[in-house]
Amino acid sequence: MEIESLTSEKIRSLIDQGEVSASEICQAFIKRIEKCNPDFEALLHFDPEFALKQAKCIDRIKEAGDPLPELAGVPMVIKDNLLIRGLRCTCGSKNLENFVAPYNATVIDRLEAAGVIFLGKANLDEYAMGSSTENSAFRPTRNPHHRAYVPGGSSGGSAAAVAANMSVAALGSDTGGSIRQPASFCGVVGMKPTYSRVSRYGLVAFGSSLDQIGPLAHNVTDVAKILKVISGKDPRDATSLGVEVPDYPSNLGPLINGLKIGMPKQYQTSGIAQTVQGKIAASLKLLQDLGCELIEIDLPHTNYAIATYYVIAMAEASSNLARFDGVRYGLRVPGQVDLASMYRKTRDAGFGAEVKRRIMLGTFVLSSGYYDDYYLKAQQVRTLIKHDFEAAFQKVDVIISPTSPTPPFRLGEKINNPLSMYLSDVFTITANLVGIPGIVVPCGQTPDGLPVGIQLMGKHFDEQVILNLAFAFEQAGGFTL
Amino acid sequence: MRIDRSQVNYIADLAHLVFTEEEKQQFIGQLNSILDYVAQLNELDTSGIEPTAQVVHTSEQNYSWRADQCRPTFTQEQSLTNGPETGSGHFKVPKVISEK
Repeated sequence: MEIESLTSEKIRSLIDQGEVSASEICQAFIKRIEKCNPDFEALLHFDPEFALKQAKCIDRIKEAGDPLPELAGVPMVIKDNLLIRGLRCTCGSKNLENFVAPYNATVIDRLEAAGVIFLGKANLDEYAMGSSTENSAFRPTRNPHHRAYVPGGSSGGSAAAVAANMSVAALGSDTGGSIRQPASFCGVVGMKPTYSRVSRYGLVAFGSSLDQIGPLAHNVTDVAKILKVISGKDPRDATSLGVEVPDYPSNLGPLINGLKIGMPKQYQTSGIAQTVQGKIAASLKLLQDLGCELIEIDLPHTNYAIATYYVIAMAEASSNLARFDGVRYGLRVPGQVDLASMYRKTRDAGFGAEVKRRIMLGTFVLSSGYYDDYYLKAQQVRTLIKHDFEAAFQKVDVIISPTSPTPPFRLGEKINNPLSMYLSDVFTITANLVGIPGIVVPCGQTPDGLPVGIQLMGKHFDEQVILNLAFAFEQAGGFTL
Repeated sequence: MRIDRSQVNYIADLAHLVFTEEEKQQFIGQLNSILDYVAQLNELDTSGIEPTAQVVHTSEQNYSWRADQCRPTFTQEQSLTNGPETGSGHFKVPKVISEK
């Protein structure tokens, strides 16, 4: 059994026909992780016994002749800011190095019920703040295509694990591009659903009006299957919406002829690397050949999106991270004379530089005297950006863009220039600001062998439309342009 | 908007963070370059524009009311398992009330 060629469909067929057991598949991935993880550091921690116990449950169902759940035996790695009861959840931070999750995230409950095997917890930028996984307090993850390069972030571990075949699929979280950009950098498929499509209960919050959980995998079908399982209203997340969940994988089918794809004219700038431009152009040609109509659209507030995003994200982060105070969980620096000293020493010891920077900025923009000029202003510009997209979607069905202006960069290249790191998020943050879904698929590699990904964005709850387009692109050979 | 040292001290207090003098110096530089960048939002006329707090729906469209009934939750023991310092069924912290 070749691990590299395993998809959820293949696994299901092997298990159904009794050729391999879930335990044997699990064992094969455990061996692969033991062999590969030291090279890439995709996983922060993994518990083979936990995974094998889950696999045995699947095997017992099969032996009893009972019906197998839809993702039975499919191994996944889970970003380490999602809670799995009984396993550590560090958020890539010293603060939570020894924190053991007391409950399951809703997405974990749903995946478990679907028969998924959790192989381990994937590395991330600390508290999901970053675009390279270099902000992990423990160690950076390396791009499996080229070890000197970053896998992207903040779900770098999730993307690298899939790319290195340490897992068939993964879960990540996306606040400003944290699923999509690493998917692009690692040459895998990654999707951020519509805000409120997937419950955030059990996801350690970063930016509560921006965060969404989503799948990463080698192919569109697996992404569609996982999305179907994790989507849907959850009474424990008041922001999740009761919109019906389509049967995404079964509905993957032929492309609508004449599907209108919008190309924002503001995105066609000189800031995009030549190697990326080439792949995007080739992708657009392929989509035209498939019958799509390419239309130029106008997103006039594009230049203000990063500033808007960062003010809002940092403000929400400063509020969400106030809970890490050493009282109820996490690190506590002992021996302090009073409570305030305990809070300060603890937070100083627990948080890395990027996290502190964002908390400081967030606190500033929310503070009295500055709230109107910064936070409120950003929320208003967010409305203007939303109107841009509403107008654009009157004319087109899907909006297309590069994922990142550059191919993957080297470890250490951007880490000392936070602003330059933030500017590289330009194509992904708007989907979070406006709440629309976005999927990234591979569209070839640079001459150096570094993956490039293209992004498709749809209207709210139009996941099926962008999944179908991505599927057609995949079937037509788009991934290896 | 430029931040100076006294403002960095004030924000650090609000955020319950501590910095060395060297770190403060570095922060001032980085924070100011980021604030310079976000100042461009002031170029836009947003008079009369509603701020977007909920991005996909309003709370009227997605009310999540339920009956006010107790549901299964953590036991006291479960709640305390990650506590750095616990005792007598409580989280213990350094003193809150000063001697003054």
